[in-house]
Amino acid sequence: MCLALPGEILEILDPEDLLRPARVSFDGVCKTICLAYVPEARAGDYVLVHVGFALTRLDAGEAARIRQSLTEALDLEALIKEELLHESPE
Amino acid sequence: MKALSEYRDPAAILRQAGAMARQVSRPWTLMEVCGGQTHSIVRHGLDQLLPPEITLLHGPGCPVCVTPVALIDQALALASQPEIIFCTFGDMLRVPGSSGDLRQVKAQGGDVRMVYSPLDALQLAQQSPQRQVVFFAVGFETTAPANAMAVYQAERLGLDNFSVLMAHVLVPPALEAILAAPDCRVQGFLAAGHVCTVMGLNAYQELVDRHRLPIVATGFEPLDILQGIALCLQALENGQPALINQYARAVQPEGNPHARALMQTVFAIADREWRGMGELPASGLELQARYAHFDARQRFQLPDRVNPPTGPGRCRSGEVLQGRIKPGECEAFGRDCSPEHPLGATMVSSEGACAAYYLYRRNTHV
Ligand code: SF4
Repeated sequence: MCLALPGEILEILDPEDLLRPARVSFDGVCKTICLAYVPEARAGDYVLVHVGFALTRLDAGEAARIRQSLTEALDLEALIKEELLHESPE
Repeated sequence: MKALSEYRDPAAILRQAGAMARQVSRPWTLMEVCGGQTHSIVRHGLDQLLPPEITLLHGPGCPVCVTPVALIDQALALASQPEIIFCTFGDMLRVPGSSGDLRQVKAQGGDVRMVYSPLDALQLAQQSPQRQVVFFAVGFETTAPANAMAVYQAERLGLDNFSVLMAHVLVPPALEAILAAPDCRVQGFLAAGHVCTVMGLNAYQELVDRHRLPIVATGFEPLDILQGIALCLQALENGQPALINQYARAVQPEGNPHARALMQTVFAIADREWRGMGELPASGLELQARYAHFDARQRFQLPDRVNPPTGPGRCRSGEVLQGRIKPGECEAFGRDCSPEHPLGATMVSSEGACAAYYLYRRNTHV
């Protein structure tokens, strides 16, 4: 339940908004993510995202590495579908 | 890719395991307190790579699993009310209360919706001013900043049709409770990486100092976990209690101060009942008094116990959660209890120890 997925910030949608909403890509699946807790994060940065909130900034190599390990451990594609798109396998 | 091979290389994994075998001089018992780590350990058979002297216990590392029946019953009661849209993370849908689960309430016409983020529930409240939206705020410290923000935003937006059912739990008090048990076997902890991403390491220093044992903030990949165990082992063999950060690439010693600041604004520390562990002092989060009007219990005047307490039944998840038994030692495991027909929360959640053993170890005798 504390699972966090790495994503790439494509665009900060409204830097003035308290939530600092940004478009973040998870392997091509885009979600609006809250960057309020990583005020230093910029477009192009990788962030570790949990339930719609970026918790920390990552470097790109780290993101690829976590992704890879998640792919192996958990079938990342299914996970992205389930977590982000609500296409539950049930 | 270099970073990747460093952490995934089977040879490195075996080397690490071999190094531990040479280092260990007597039996040690460690506990991981993160459902993601439990899943990874069982899935990859990491415990079986360890020298036989090292015993790994699985701790209460899954917020879904530790949510007590009384709280699930409150969720079921809320979700059954026709004016309420009850929003929850998917993990909670099948956790049994004393009379069914959220999925059943939904099948009977309750408006139960699965959301990805608490902000989705907030948005739903904005879009449905004539309905009451209740969000089931479950989670460890990792999830608390997100849920704090949802309440903070609801206040700013003046939303009077949004509320939360607070079920937040905190990790360090659970470690304290485990260590305080007279028959405690745990000699070192692996602490959950993403909890530390938010909270930093301070809370663990106190435990290290008081109980004189090693605690290692650890990631959840195979080599992360083995390194975490190796660091813990080193500290034990040297007789040096220590707080160690194995997961430095995602954990700053001070955690995420922005996230913590909002958590402290919105939430206050409170006593909380844990499934199978009873009430632990200062182990949960409730709303601060100035946000109390967002408390669903208060808004809908829910009693503490919707249903009279039932006995523990056959499910031994309380013992599983404290590392007292392995899932296979429960009579019902794999017979009457499976992920399709779970008797307890540790079989429902994919991060519960029972589910992990069912998925990966059903046919082996461990
Ligand atoms: S196997 Fe099922 S009944 Fe036994 S402890 Fe685990 S969840 Fe409970």
